[in-house]
Amino acid sequence: MIITHPVLGPRDAQEFTYLGDASLIHRPDPEADDATGAFHEYLYQRENIAGEHRELWFHEQGDRSWLVVTRNTLTHEVLDVEFANDVARREGRSQ
Amino acid sequence: MRNSAFQVFKQALQGDVGWKPVWRSPDPKPEYDFIIVGGGGHGLATAYYLAKKYRQANVAVLEKGWIGSGNVGRNTTIIRSNYLLDGNEPFYEFSMKLWEGLEQELNYNAMVSQRGIINLFHTDSQRDAFVRRGNAMRLNGVDAVLLDREALRKECPFLNFDNARFPILGGLSQPRGGTVRHDAVAWGYARGADQHGVDIIQNCEATGFLISDGVCTGVATPRGQIRAKKVGVAVAGSSSRVMAKAGMRLPIESHVLQAFVSEGLKPIIPGVVTFGAGHFYVSQSNKGGLVFGGDIDGYNTYAQRGNLPTVEDVCEGGVAIMPMIGRARLLRMWGGVVDMSMDGSPIIDKTHIEGLYFNGGWCYGGFKATPASGVAFAHLLATDSPHETATAYRFDRFSRGYMIDEKGMGAQPNLH
Ligand SMILES: Cc1cc2nc3c(=O)[nH]c(=O)nc-3n(C[C@H](O)[C@H](O)[C@H](O)COP(=O)(O)OP(=O)(O)OC[C@H]3O[C@@H](n4cnc5c(N)ncnc54)[C@H](O)[C@@H]3O)c2cc1C
Repeated sequence: MIITHPVLGPRDAQEFTYLGDASLIHRPDPEADDATGAFHEYLYQRENIAGEHRELWFHEQGDRSWLVVTRNTLTHEVLDVEFANDVARREGRSQ
Repeated sequence: MRNSAFQVFKQALQGDVGWKPVWRSPDPKPEYDFIIVGGGGHGLATAYYLAKKYRQANVAVLEKGWIGSGNVGRNTTIIRSNYLLDGNEPFYEFSMKLWEGLEQELNYNAMVSQRGIINLFHTDSQRDAFVRRGNAMRLNGVDAVLLDREALRKECPFLNFDNARFPILGGLSQPRGGTVRHDAVAWGYARGADQHGVDIIQNCEATGFLISDGVCTGVATPRGQIRAKKVGVAVAGSSSRVMAKAGMRLPIESHVLQAFVSEGLKPIIPGVVTFGAGHFYVSQSNKGGLVFGGDIDGYNTYAQRGNLPTVEDVCEGGVAIMPMIGRARLLRMWGGVVDMSMDGSPIIDKTHIEGLYFNGGWCYGGFKATPASGVAFAHLLATDSPHETATAYRFDRFSRGYMIDEKGMGAQPNLH
């Protein structure tokens, strides 16, 4: 698989490590009343989609940036790559 | 027809034209007491024990392709019961005992071969961890032997003991571990289930569940709706896709594990050897091919094929520990989609939907579990209570904090 890094261009997936579903960006609020349930969902439950999957990859052997890669889990085709920072800010995370 | 040496002889003299198909291909009935979704090892074993041990007469297995087309026919055939944790070890030892009697039970040659399994260690601390695991095994009545360098050298003289990065200090051996002909397990259970009246319906995908008011009353298929008092799902790598049709999310990610077979070679590898530190394990089939594999590729996938970096990683591990195999040629390789759970351990449990039961999360190691998983799932389906060896395999263990995490990796499926 080739992941087209937003700055560094096409890179072999071998240079990256994989974390999982990009929903991990949205860590629940530990102060909230439903925090226990929310953290259970966040930590353990997954959509595990067959098809277009948004996921977090870390460019460990590169510029050490976190990326959100949209990839088809049925074909391995990489459809979109963005910096996780940009995605997180756009989706309302402050940091 | 009972299989026996006499039967083989008799059929041979008659030109081998007397063999009959060993299971029927019935049309689905409109209603069953039990429907098992998934005709892999676990689904077929469940149906077999439901019919035989729990005396249920009205059971069907629905398989979307042909039986044995999933992981039961794709794995590297290793059986063992060398686990550390209490939630696991009695279950896997129960499975090992069932393997030991399986061929007589099924009257089917599954080539169960207890040729032993050895896990290599390379540091003092790794040896300490293996000693602990070996002791945990023995506390559960399971055979475990710690081999030092010299004892290991006698069994496996061909290993690269003085590898600079991973010098081999010894190994933890389970002499009763070994290999089983995987296809024959599917066929043997299918034949046994069929003989006890189970309808095995191939090319019949469960496309949805009939659920109203929180009660599951059957499944939808391209061949029409089939009603059932209880539905048990055992679809391995497809677990999340299938349970999503019941509106459920699971603590599971689907990943691909690759397997490799070399050209046939003279007998050299006595049992199963695992080089965990280098992501490589190997055994030798009766035909002489080296059967080997390593880690999962490590990203979510439903494509039944992996990528080249893992091929390279596995082969590097192999050549590091057994330099001689560098000259063997690879004959074939393939991948299977495995249901990696959040703690690396399986689930055999009821769901919150009445009448709907789930068996999955077997990761890369569910083949060895096939007989025990069949008994435990059949027990749960028949009695509505967990089997005594499977009480820890509950959905709610994650919310209650009772994970069964053999490797202590946390909720990161690609590290288990
Ligand atoms: C390469 C590889 C090597 C492995 N090596 C080992 C090993 O050495 N030792 C070990 O213990 N384990 C090993 N495993 C793991 C083991 O193979 C699996 O854990 C186990 O086979 C899973 O259970 P099963 O046999 O029931 O799965 P499967 O055979 O995959 O059965 C599931 C069935 O469900 C069917 N299905 C899916 N969706 C539907 C639907 N909607 N309707 C109807 N049917 C459906 C599928 O077609 C499939 O036939 C390995 C796995 C792989 C991929």
